[in-house]
Amino acid sequence: MTLMPGRPDFDVIASWVEPGHRVLDLGCGDGSLLRQLIATRDVQGWGVEIDDANILAAVRNGINVIQSNLEKGLADFADDAFDHVVLSRTLQTVRHTEHILREMLRVGREAVVSFPNFAYWKNLRSVLDGRMPVSEDLPYQWYDSPNVRFFTLLDFESLCQQMGLIIRERQVLDETGTLVDASAARDLNFLGSLAVYRLTRPR
Amino acid sequence: MPGIGVVESQRIHFNEPLHLRSGGVLPSYELAVETYGTLNAAKSNAILVCHALSGHHHLAGHYADQPNNIGWWDNIIGPGRPLDTDKFFIVGLNNPGGCHGSTGPSSINPATGKPWGADFPMVAVVDWVNAQARLADFFGIDQWAAVMGGSLGGMQALRWSITYPERVRNALVIASAPKLSAQNIAFNDVARQAILTDPDFHGGHYYEFGTRPVRGLRLARMLGHITYLSNDQMGEKFGRELRNNAFSFDFDVEFEVESYLRYQGDKFAGYFDANTYLLMTKALDYFDPARLDDGDLVRTMARTHTDTNFLVASFTTDWRFSPARSREIVAALLANGRKVSYAEIDLNYGHDSFLMEDAHYHGLVGAFLGNIKL
Repeated sequence: MTLMPGRPDFDVIASWVEPGHRVLDLGCGDGSLLRQLIATRDVQGWGVEIDDANILAAVRNGINVIQSNLEKGLADFADDAFDHVVLSRTLQTVRHTEHILREMLRVGREAVVSFPNFAYWKNLRSVLDGRMPVSEDLPYQWYDSPNVRFFTLLDFESLCQQMGLIIRERQVLDETGTLVDASAARDLNFLGSLAVYRLTRPR
Repeated sequence: MPGIGVVESQRIHFNEPLHLRSGGVLPSYELAVETYGTLNAAKSNAILVCHALSGHHHLAGHYADQPNNIGWWDNIIGPGRPLDTDKFFIVGLNNPGGCHGSTGPSSINPATGKPWGADFPMVAVVDWVNAQARLADFFGIDQWAAVMGGSLGGMQALRWSITYPERVRNALVIASAPKLSAQNIAFNDVARQAILTDPDFHGGHYYEFGTRPVRGLRLARMLGHITYLSNDQMGEKFGRELRNNAFSFDFDVEFEVESYLRYQGDKFAGYFDANTYLLMTKALDYFDPARLDDGDLVRTMARTHTDTNFLVASFTTDWRFSPARSREIVAALLANGRKVSYAEIDLNYGHDSFLMEDAHYHGLVGAFLGNIKL
């Protein structure tokens, strides 16, 4: 099986799953992440998608995929059915943010969330120059963007705290997909284009 | 792409009695069968296609002497089609109790020398699956590459995965449900009442009177047909169109939709057997595999094999077997960590959508079957 060239956040996510784990990928697209996790980490995978073309592509790729609208929650999935529930570059497109995060941690032991960081310095510079940012991780014009929520790494961490979710791990990547070498949240917020989080429920 | 072309059917005799869920027994029986493609040496490329209420073994192609008698699922079967006859060996049969060549109510009861009629034992979905398992044995097929069906056919695919889990590598359950709703049963009962109260029914022994309950069967089909279509589609197709552009203020055919339904009813009543219709609707009503496990579908789905791949598909405009019913199956499979994909297909033809040719729908079936390694 030939793999799609790995997206850098996929590599981070792959490092957090163990062989045999059950992984649910929300907004799984054509199933690329699950294919990578199955091939390199030997996980059991399921995806959720709303788009017909992606459903077809995922089925063609041999990925288990469930056609469903994330805004309506994860009612088809039982509590604690998965080890990891992944929401990769999709949280910013979901209107019911708190609901989906709660649902992820209902059906899964851990939630893995990646999203474009609006406070990345290039994005800030773009706004200072008077234009909405367009970048590798925010690859849309304002008028055709599927994104409905614009938030920063610090915003997300504040929401997690408010919801009582525990951040187990955080990895931040710049626009080239390189891990940002910083530890202070403020620095990461400025230097990171894409943030990847590993969340759990409070004990 | 041209279809499969000329096909032939065969009748296969089974001497071993078939013990039925109702307690009845078929001492021996025949199955009308068609196959397309070639069974490979490993016998690993066989797909069983189960029919719905009014279907039969003639899935695809046409008979040499009947060029217009095209199989009911011809659009999905053939060289290069989703059920690719260059790769797979496709098996279709008429289920016991049917009226297209398999042993059914219009067959001769060996005990009396007369047609079975109302004495034909009640058949359930699991009985069909058992008969199909013997058909698999007849062909030497230990394991189906896939079992598939739409509607009542999907119920058989689901039952296969529960009853013979090790014999099903892939199951395609399309426009189906884990059991009928009260509304479904209600529709079936009105259809049955139409037949049972027809003066020509003669308690199911109409064959002996040289007649058939055509009026009842016609009404049953008209009612059924309404439930197979979507409101939108009926609106688009017929609207309130009048045949003669003006009201005639009588009870003759006025609206195009009346004309259509009466035509469908007449056509169906002309060839279908009323006793078979009664049996098929009862099999639908009784279907509820979760009864094996006190009504808990999650436990029932635990009986399926961990290696079986499921494709469950529903249609957005199907109100007879709505997407929510398919999702019940999906949820129960997911709760057991089974390999399942689910598609909710946006097609406008109501329950009948599963018979329609659509690039996305057929693409999905083709992609799913395309992953089968032989």
